[in-house]
Amino acid sequence: MAQYPAGQSPAPSTVGHPSRRAVLRGSTLAAGAVTLPGLLAACGGGAGGDAGDKTVSFGSNHSDPVDKAAMEASLKAYEAKSGKTVKINTVSHNDFQTNISRYLQGNPDDVFSWFAGNRMQFFAKKGLAADISDIWQGFDGFTPALKAASTGEDNKQYFVPFYYYPWAVFYRKSVWQQRGYQAPKTWDEYRALAARMKSDGLIPISLGDKDGWPAMGTFDYIDMRLNGYDFHISLMAGKEDWTGPKVKGVFDTWKSILAYTQEAPNGRTWQEAANTLVNKQAGMHTLGMFVGQQFKPEELDDLDYFPYPVIDPANGQDAVEAPIDGFMVSKKAKNLAGAKDLMKFLAGPQAEDAFLKVFPSNVACHAKADTASYNALQKKAVELVSGAKHISQFMDRDTRPDFAQTVMIPAIQQFLGNPNDVDNILRSIEAQKKTIFAAE
Amino acid sequence: MTSRDVITLSVLLGVAVFLDVALIWGPTLASVLLSFTSWDGLSPIKPIGTRNYHAIFETYPLFWPAARHNLLWLAFLGLVATPLGLLLAVLLDKQIRFTRFYQSALFLPVVLSLAIVGFISQLVFSRDYGALNSVLGRGAHPVDWLGDPHLNIWVMMVAASWRHVGYVMILYLAGLKAVDQSLKESAAIDGANEVQTFFRVTFPTLRPVNIIVLVITVIEALRAFDIVYVVNSGRNGLELLSVLVFDNIVGEASRIGFGSALAVILFVICLGFIVVYLSRILRQEDQ
Repeated sequence: MAQYPAGQSPAPSTVGHPSRRAVLRGSTLAAGAVTLPGLLAACGGGAGGDAGDKTVSFGSNHSDPVDKAAMEASLKAYEAKSGKTVKINTVSHNDFQTNISRYLQGNPDDVFSWFAGNRMQFFAKKGLAADISDIWQGFDGFTPALKAASTGEDNKQYFVPFYYYPWAVFYRKSVWQQRGYQAPKTWDEYRALAARMKSDGLIPISLGDKDGWPAMGTFDYIDMRLNGYDFHISLMAGKEDWTGPKVKGVFDTWKSILAYTQEAPNGRTWQEAANTLVNKQAGMHTLGMFVGQQFKPEELDDLDYFPYPVIDPANGQDAVEAPIDGFMVSKKAKNLAGAKDLMKFLAGPQAEDAFLKVFPSNVACHAKADTASYNALQKKAVELVSGAKHISQFMDRDTRPDFAQTVMIPAIQQFLGNPNDVDNILRSIEAQKKTIFAAE
Repeated sequence: MTSRDVITLSVLLGVAVFLDVALIWGPTLASVLLSFTSWDGLSPIKPIGTRNYHAIFETYPLFWPAARHNLLWLAFLGLVATPLGLLLAVLLDKQIRFTRFYQSALFLPVVLSLAIVGFISQLVFSRDYGALNSVLGRGAHPVDWLGDPHLNIWVMMVAASWRHVGYVMILYLAGLKAVDQSLKESAAIDGANEVQTFFRVTFPTLRPVNIIVLVITVIEALRAFDIVYVVNSGRNGLELLSVLVFDNIVGEASRIGFGSALAVILFVICLGFIVVYLSRILRQEDQ
C-alpha cells in the first residue's frame, strides 16, 4: 500500500529550498518516464524456452495425483508412438485457470489443456489460440455436437475434445433399495420423493456452495428443463432479460425444493456435501460425475444417478450438462508442426484409452475409444450424452467468465441465503449484466 | 548548494526516488488511469470516462457491503481489539506471576500469518465439523458460523483480533517498560489513584507507541484480505474492498479497469485516514 510515501512527500509550504525541490521534481519525472514502460513490458513474461523439432511442450492443468498420472500415461503413449519428446509443465488446476490470460500472452507451452465452449471461444477471439481447422479435416469419431463445441465464433476449429463428465442427480443404490425409492421422472415425483426422504429422516438433497460454483449446476438444469436449451444459452450470452418471468420462474421452481435442500449450503464445500451422501445421511446430490472421487473405490459400485427430472414436458430431458475438457494450441507455439502432430494423437482413441485407464471418472469423447473397460457409471454417462439433443457446458463455461465469477456466484449465494429476495437479486443481476456485456 | 552537494543529493535521493516512483507511484498512477478505461488485459485499452465509478456506486451490489465491512473491521480493531491489547499489556506490566508465560501465549498468534489464522478458524467454526459447535453441544442445531452472512464477519473479526491483540499488547508492553517509574511514583504521592495515574500520566507518555498502534490498526483493517479469502474467497457476507479488487483484476474475469476503479476508491479511503493523521501530527509539531 502506498500510505508511507504519501506521508513522506512534504507539503509545498514546509519545503524551504527550491533548488532541492527542483532536483526532486526533475528526477521524479525522469524516473517515471523511464520506469513505467519498463514495468509494463516486464508483465509480458519470461525468457523464451528452447523447442527443437523433436520436443513439444505441454501446459497441463491436470494436477490432482490421479489426474496427473493419467495425463502422463497418455502423453507417454504418444512419445512411444512418435519417438518425440513431450515436456510436461503441470500447474495446479485453479492457478492455471486464474493465470490463463497472462500465461497465453507470455511464454505459453505449445499445447495446453483447456475447456470447450465460451471459454475456448473467448481466447480464440482474442487471437491467443492457433487455428487447427486443417487437422480437424482428418478427424473422425467426434459427433457434430462435439465439433460445434470445438468451433470458434469464426467457424474455425481451435479445440480438441478429450473427455466429458455429465451432471446428474446422484444417489446410493443401497440406501434406495433399503427404503424402496424409485428414480423420479418428473418434477412432482422428485418433490414427492424428497418429501418422503425428509419424513424418513434423511437430508433429501445435499448441497455445498461455499465455492460458489456447485449450485450453478442446479440453476442450469432448472433453466434448461423449464425454459429450454436455446433460451438458456441465449440467457448466458447476455441476450435475455434477467428480470423477465422466465428467469423468475427458474428461481421460483428452485425455491420449491429449498425446503428439502440441505440447510446452510453457503458454509459447506461440495466435498463436505458429497460426504453426507457417502455417509448415507443424504438421499440425493446434484453434481458432476467427479463426485465419485469422494467414494472409496470399493463403494463406487453403490453410486448411481438419474437425469435431472422433467419440468416442462415440451423440453423433456433433451439437454444434458456435460462439460468437455480438452486441448488447444497456443498462437505463440514455438513448434507448431509438433503441436499439431500431438493434437492429432490426442484426438484419437488411443490417447483417451491410456488416460481413462488410470482415471475412470470421466468419459471419452472419441467414438472409437475403448468402452469395454467402462464401469457402470461411465456406461450410463455415454447413454445419457449420446441420447441428448443438446449439451451444455456449465454456467461458468457458457457465459463470460467475469459475469459468472463476479455477478452470478454472489447472486446465487444470496438467493440460497435469503430465497425471498428474488426480485432484488434479479434486478441487480440485470443491471450488472448490462455493464459487463457492454464492455465488449 | 555546491556542485558536490548536488551530486551527493542526486545520487542519494535519486536511488530512493527512483525506487519509490517505480514501485509505488508508477503503479498507483497507472491504476488511476486504468480506472477510467475498460480493459480485459488482452484487447486494446478503451477509455470509458467515469462509467466504472458509476457502475460501482450504482449497480455493483457488493461494493457497499464491502465498504461497510472494511469500516466495521476498522471500528472493531480500533475499539475492541486495540484497547484489549492495551489492557493486557498493562496487566502483564504489573509483574504478576507467570507473566512471561502469559506474554508468550498471547503473542503466539502473531507469528502466524492471517491466512493460517483463517485455516485454524475453519477448524473451529465449521458448521458441520467445527470444534465450537461440539463444545457448545449444538450438534442437533449447529450454528453456521462461517456461512451465515450476518454472523461470519463477526467471527472473522474475532479471529483477526486474536492475532491483533497480541501484536498491540507487545508494542504497548515495550512502551510501558520505557515509562519512567518516578513519574508514577510522584503521581501516587500527589494522591492520584491507579486509574488516574494511568490515564493522566502513563498513557500520555505512551504517545509514540499510540501513533504506531493507530497506524498499524488502520493498515490492518484496510488491507484485511487473506483471512476471509481462505475461508470462503471473501463472498457471502465476507466481502471486503481488497477482495473485490482481487476478484475483478486477477483470475479469468480480468475486469482490469473496473478493478482499478475499486483500488482507487480503497486508496482514497486510506489516504483520508493518513491525511487526517499527518495533519494532526504536523500541527502538534508546529506548536
